[in-house]
Amino acid sequence: MIDWKKYLIVFFITVGLFMTAGYLNNYFSNKKIDQLKLIQDKISIDILSSETQFSLLSELSCKNISDSVYSPELGELGNKLEWSQDNLGATEEVFYLRKYYSLLQIKDYLLAKKISERCGVKSAFILYFYTTAEHCSECQKESLVLTSLRAKYPELRVYSFDYSTDLSAVKSLLQIYKVKDTELPAVVLDDELLTGFSSFDELDLKIQKSFKLQEKKPAKNGAAKKILD
Amino acid sequence: MVSIPNIIFYVLVFLSVYVQVFFLVTFLENRKKIITRNGKIKLAKYPSVTITVPCWNEEDTLEKTVLSLLNLNYPKDKIKIIIVDDGSTDNTWKIINSFASYPNIRVFRKENEGKYTALNLGLHNSDTDFFGCLDADSLVHPESLVRIMSYFEKDPNSMAVTPALLVYDPQSVIQKVQKAEYNMGIYLKKMLGFLGAIHVTPGPLTIFRRKVFDELGPYRHAHNTEDMEIAYRMQKNHYKIEQCNDAYVYTNTPLTIRKLYKQRLRWVYGFINNTIDYKDILLSRKYGNFSFFTLPAAIVSIIAAGYFFSKLVYNLGNILYSKIIQFQLVGYIAKTADFDLFFVNAQSLVFITIFLFVLVIFSIMVGKKITDNQSKISLDMFYFPIIYSILAPLWIIKAVYNTVLSRSPDWR
Repeated sequence: MIDWKKYLIVFFITVGLFMTAGYLNNYFSNKKIDQLKLIQDKISIDILSSETQFSLLSELSCKNISDSVYSPELGELGNKLEWSQDNLGATEEVFYLRKYYSLLQIKDYLLAKKISERCGVKSAFILYFYTTAEHCSECQKESLVLTSLRAKYPELRVYSFDYSTDLSAVKSLLQIYKVKDTELPAVVLDDELLTGFSSFDELDLKIQKSFKLQEKKPAKNGAAKKILD
Repeated sequence: MVSIPNIIFYVLVFLSVYVQVFFLVTFLENRKKIITRNGKIKLAKYPSVTITVPCWNEEDTLEKTVLSLLNLNYPKDKIKIIIVDDGSTDNTWKIINSFASYPNIRVFRKENEGKYTALNLGLHNSDTDFFGCLDADSLVHPESLVRIMSYFEKDPNSMAVTPALLVYDPQSVIQKVQKAEYNMGIYLKKMLGFLGAIHVTPGPLTIFRRKVFDELGPYRHAHNTEDMEIAYRMQKNHYKIEQCNDAYVYTNTPLTIRKLYKQRLRWVYGFINNTIDYKDILLSRKYGNFSFFTLPAAIVSIIAAGYFFSKLVYNLGNILYSKIIQFQLVGYIAKTADFDLFFVNAQSLVFITIFLFVLVIFSIMVGKKITDNQSKISLDMFYFPIIYSILAPLWIIKAVYNTVLSRSPDWR
């Protein structure tokens, strides 16, 4: 009376459909990862080129270097990586890309800081440490605050690091600033460590202070500029 | 991440796809057996049929309903019409009386006791081999009865034949959406007919062999869905129910969301409670596809609709919550980033959803095709699945809630 064969066939067709969907999912995920790799390579080249330019700084003017040194794709890459981790799952590849991204951020940070000091480019740097190993609602809030601060100040560069990133360079940063996993989120601004959630107003004030400080010491930068010019 | 809610979610998605594929495979197996007739047909014999029209405050539609019955292309002396006023408080009785002089119409008036009692009064006063009901809000196509009767002529084992229900003169968006839904219903019902697994013999012009009632007893209250209960009872007793896909009956459908909600609440509540009453036939080999496909599929659809909707509400709540937090923290809500193809989610689920959507459109088109040989694409086909995926969970959740609290919904 019941055609069991049909029930079985329909089952296999349905499994087939799910497998096809899974295959398509994989295909597009890989495409996305390839895209991420491409962006990273571009950033890597950009930074390498900036570093090289910086080494040649004695022969170049600050005017030439300041506009081209920043990698605008860094922020975009960060967003895409975050999205990938949420939506493609925490795969090996995404982890690897995140490590690479952390490294690129550190390099960008060091270079941008150097250039800012030498050429007197008005800028502020925030190192932001968070965790994904456990649920951290304060970190989510902090990210929102930093995103809006970045929108407010184009000169502000925020570098975010996952505490659990298994990379010696990130670990060194954690050691330098004495960041502990019990005090996350943590923000480093002008070498000052702020642990726990820092509000928009609190950070805003500190950034403005940092800008003012920079304006007060143009002499050194001016001198450097003069030498270079 | 593998979590229990996620596993439940994917199992429900799998079962929902399974059900749609099952219908598709049934269609591919049986498509050549589907006949759609456009013209008039002739029967070898024209058996007598009694059609009962139960009425309760139907002054707006009753006249047209009865006139459509009088206009049926079937020998006049072979159709006996019984109109029962089930305690109407409006002008229904007056309208009924205007038909009292017709030789093949008999009229009755009684206290209001519910539709099933009006039907049983008709049943009690009929002596023909075939018996049917026509809701007073529906109109029959002139060829509908003869086409239905041709199924009985062809197969002596057919015990009931249901018609192809269509939406009468759809005006509002909600009615146009129902038009698409009814078209899909014709397809699904036809497939269930092939599987011997129809679970409802709708009030508008399902015709039964009289022996169904003689052997199984009259209509019952059945949580205000007597047309579902009689089908369950027939399935339990292995009585064959078929669907005649070219016997058109046009029914007045709810004009507003509120009315639609009430109607569907009654249907889903009826389904849940009739299924509970007949739980012993669920997943029992003896009762065939009805017990292994129709009932489980409907149960899955109820659970899935409730679950998917709760998930959606939960996700939307989360988004809203994060926006509120964002507003509290920084005083404004950041606009979402510029469109980038990268952020288009290409998860497996997206492809499955697209597949299900395509199958629904396909079902509607086949429904149209087997009804009147037309399969034009119309806009309502596309917004039906979207609007229903938002609305249906509301009445489903409410029906489950009412069942748990043993609250029976009103008729209207």
